[in-house]
Amino acid sequence: MLDVLRQILLRDLRLAFRRWSEVATPLIFFVIIASLFPLAASPDEAQLRSTGAAVIWMSALLSSLLALDGLFRADSEDGSMEQLILGPAPLGLVVLAKIVAHWAVSGVPLLVLAPLVAMSFYLPLTALPELVAALALATPTLSVLAAIGAALTVSLRAGGTIIGLLILPLTGPVLIFGTRATELAALGEPVAGPLYLLASLAVLAISLGPLITAAAVRTALE
Amino acid sequence: MASATHGDQSGACPVLTVTSLEVRRGGIGLLRDLSFKLSPGQTALVTGANGSGKTSLLRVLAGLAVPAAGRIDWRGSAVHRLPPEDRGEIAYLGHLDGLKQEFTVDENLEFCRTFWKGRGPVEPLVTEMRLESCRHRTIRRLSAGQRRRAALVCMHLKPARLWLLDEPLTNLDTRGTEVVLEWLRGHAAEGGIAVVSTHRPKRLETAASIEVAL
Repeated sequence: MLDVLRQILLRDLRLAFRRWSEVATPLIFFVIIASLFPLAASPDEAQLRSTGAAVIWMSALLSSLLALDGLFRADSEDGSMEQLILGPAPLGLVVLAKIVAHWAVSGVPLLVLAPLVAMSFYLPLTALPELVAALALATPTLSVLAAIGAALTVSLRAGGTIIGLLILPLTGPVLIFGTRATELAALGEPVAGPLYLLASLAVLAISLGPLITAAAVRTALE
Repeated sequence: MASATHGDQSGACPVLTVTSLEVRRGGIGLLRDLSFKLSPGQTALVTGANGSGKTSLLRVLAGLAVPAAGRIDWRGSAVHRLPPEDRGEIAYLGHLDGLKQEFTVDENLEFCRTFWKGRGPVEPLVTEMRLESCRHRTIRRLSAGQRRRAALVCMHLKPARLWLLDEPLTNLDTRGTEVVLEWLRGHAAEGGIAVVSTHRPKRLETAASIEVAL
């Protein structure tokens, strides 16, 4: 079983690097949104510092939407998903492998980019580890939510637009706890509370999400 | 070739049993009261006009779709409830090739072989299907016929007892067609079962033992 998980993970990672523009676009989008905000609001240091956490998290959330549509669509359109369903592993495990691959190419780069963007919002250097920790706990949940949305819309032609409408409302708790953790870190206060809540959401998402997504994929392809 | 139509029974020790099957798609009834049985070594040819439900039947047989009524048993178990370890006994090739466009032929075949713990080496199958010259080309750079041949090799790598092939000869030249017919005969000789859909039965009837006319 673990061997199957590894094979699908490696296959999806290799595919992602062959479609490098699909991987790079959300990351560039993240940087652009975060960079445009000071132009639209004010470059004042105090204001940027007070709104920085919210801007970073909103940018991360919106940019992650761009990477969603391809999660199952390519496999559905070329017939690979049918072959994966008939494979030697439960579909939930296949889906989990695909979610991990999606997180590796969309979530992990955000962990690298976010501190750089945060510095441009005058977030103290001491707050950056907490920001990365919060993103590390939040992005798996976002990937699972993305997978559920992508699975529900895989058979729809305009699925990419609908996914956003489906999953953005569900990302509320991640946004609230993530922003709160970053704000507390910027103020030098303990961030354990929101980080624990983000971790709880991640555990819940990772344990239930693949099963829900697998059921949605199966239904969509029937 | 014996002819089995709706409700016919054939074979002494059936391992694939279709009983009173009803299939609907988009609210439209496609198949009604379809029954047939296949024993080891038998190949069924599913024939019918476009839209008669050939593809839907194969998808239901593969467990990819659930029938509206009736039952499909593979070795005594309902096919859409087969555990993953038993689903490996079913190989399905639909209209879509199931190959990744960004990967080369070799990369696709290697994935199929390792994912399904495939039987035997890849090379003889590649040679038979005359894919040697395009092994290192990505799927998107192949002709439709070459893609179909690569997909057939992928399917053949799966150590499956039940083959479900939807119009397998589409885009194949004469040589490719002959290879598929040889593979079907070889599969039957090894005790395998195949259900093959086609709207041109004459090309496949020499490999078939019963016909399911829709």
